[in-house]
Amino acid sequence: MSAETGHAVTREAQDEAQLPLVVDDPVTQRFRVHRSALTSPEVHRAEVDRVFGKSWLYVGHESEITEPGDYVRRSVGGRPLFMVRGVKTGNVNVFHNTCTHRGAVVCRQDSGNSKVFQCFYHAWTFDSEGKLKGVPGRDAYAGGLDFDELGLKRVPRLETYRGFVFASFDPDIVDLPTYLAGAKDYLDIIVDGCGGSAELVRGSHQYSFSGNWKLLVENSFDGYHAESTHDTYFKYLVSLGTDLRGGVSGRGVDLGNGHAVIEYSAPWGRPVAKWEPLFGESSRADIDQLRADLVNKYGAERAHAMAEMNRNLVIYPNLVINDIMAVVVRTFYPPAPGVVDVSAWQLAPMNEAPALRQRRLDSFLTFLGPGGFATPDDAEALESCQQGYASGGVEWNDISRGMGRDPLASDEEQMRVFWRRWQQQMGTAADLAGGAR
Amino acid sequence: MTTQASTPAAAVTAVSRAEVEEFLYAEAALLDAWRLDDWLLLCDPDIKYEVPCNDAVDGDPDQDLMLIDDNYTRLAARVTRLNSRHAHREFPHSRTNHQVFNVQLETSGDEISVTALFTVWRFRAGRSNCYVGRYRYRLRRRDGQFRIAFKRAELAITDLRAVADVAIIL
Repeated sequence: MSAETGHAVTREAQDEAQLPLVVDDPVTQRFRVHRSALTSPEVHRAEVDRVFGKSWLYVGHESEITEPGDYVRRSVGGRPLFMVRGVKTGNVNVFHNTCTHRGAVVCRQDSGNSKVFQCFYHAWTFDSEGKLKGVPGRDAYAGGLDFDELGLKRVPRLETYRGFVFASFDPDIVDLPTYLAGAKDYLDIIVDGCGGSAELVRGSHQYSFSGNWKLLVENSFDGYHAESTHDTYFKYLVSLGTDLRGGVSGRGVDLGNGHAVIEYSAPWGRPVAKWEPLFGESSRADIDQLRADLVNKYGAERAHAMAEMNRNLVIYPNLVINDIMAVVVRTFYPPAPGVVDVSAWQLAPMNEAPALRQRRLDSFLTFLGPGGFATPDDAEALESCQQGYASGGVEWNDISRGMGRDPLASDEEQMRVFWRRWQQQMGTAADLAGGAR
Repeated sequence: MTTQASTPAAAVTAVSRAEVEEFLYAEAALLDAWRLDDWLLLCDPDIKYEVPCNDAVDGDPDQDLMLIDDNYTRLAARVTRLNSRHAHREFPHSRTNHQVFNVQLETSGDEISVTALFTVWRFRAGRSNCYVGRYRYRLRRRDGQFRIAFKRAELAITDLRAVADVAIIL
């Protein structure tokens, strides 16, 4: 499955000048990441081109723009874009949010519905398919204006999978299904668990913290930290009557191309479909019914995976979909090496029954988000790491946990999958020093 | 604007803005002193404490994503958590400064609806953050004391980029 993941690179085998930032040594079972990968401005500048410029990046979800003319603004890979449902074609269009005349942004609200996007600076007007429709005083252009050429610029590549809209700034990138590789199956499980079609709930969490973005990648599927960092959350579950004895138990899976997942059982409940006291006694029958429906529709094995198993999925480089006590869709971008801007939404079944939706929303907030019982402590941990790097004295992070065995959810194989792909895209340290723009 | 004159005589005795302001200042002082157990005593058992998303300040917790949607049980758990050394984001605690302004009230039935503007400053480890927004309360008066039946903090700041999280009680 890991067709494109990196090769083992032993430190000894490398010329010193070509020393990579990620050292993967199967002989000693050590995997180390040089801390400059998390702090260096040169590395950060190179990532903008080599990682964010050469990957498929999550833009949004089709459910955000259901009606013709619906639009949302997004920052993707640090670039302002907007996604709009074309009035004529009904297609999802994603445009660079810049007027083709002299550059001002043409979509100036975060969301809405419009047939036209007019640049307020000189009133050039574009339609929802990006076509230039109006230029005041166009007789002033002696050579005439090529309206076709001056339409809004589309992102080089745009594809969707199960409602998730991705763009790439690399015109030569492989198609999206090839890129997603084994992650497709996990998107399928999550969307099928939503009854086959999912939507983003209204409202989003837009927060930032002072840590490198790759620390958030690691943290997003780090089974090892759950019990130590999130003690207060587990105590809360116990206070509600949840039995923690089963613990967090499962495996890490390499999905290819830098994507990975941990799938595991955990003490908390799942709105689809594992009852726990948090949901209230009155909901027990509903949730059991949902579970029975899944068994009927998908068979016992797949229904078990949907209902009982949790999934923390990272789609390389910066999309996290965690299907846990609720489903969070999280993307992020680093405006600087030590800062990450996070945007997060909640995914839920389309047309979910109000009582079920209410319980799902409630379950989400116990753990997730900037006001939850867990996410602030994760931010504290990542900021603490970043502060620790400034101390110096220690050059490398160790990410060897579980090497040489079938990886557990509490091991670090999923992080190694990410880092191998990152190393492959980034090249060597010497290359960075000389080649960073 | 006290409108007690228009409510049924039996429902509520007159409440002045000054009394409500005194209560809000006292509440702010408890939060700033991290006397969270005492603060919780101000809350009625059917309290809701809500913080909607920055981009959906009219959010309905039954339909929309929120930042916080606590009933009494979860609010008490939030207090327990914040009192513990394991709420890492708030250990050690921030210094906070809850400031309340522009208080307006309206009585209806046995409850007093209050809106007020807030500025909550949060200082920790050399960093300063500021939450700005509007409180919406429903207060009840029992035995001469106010109790909080509902508290909602609607943020005016357009996102949480500068403040990172809502780990403190606003």
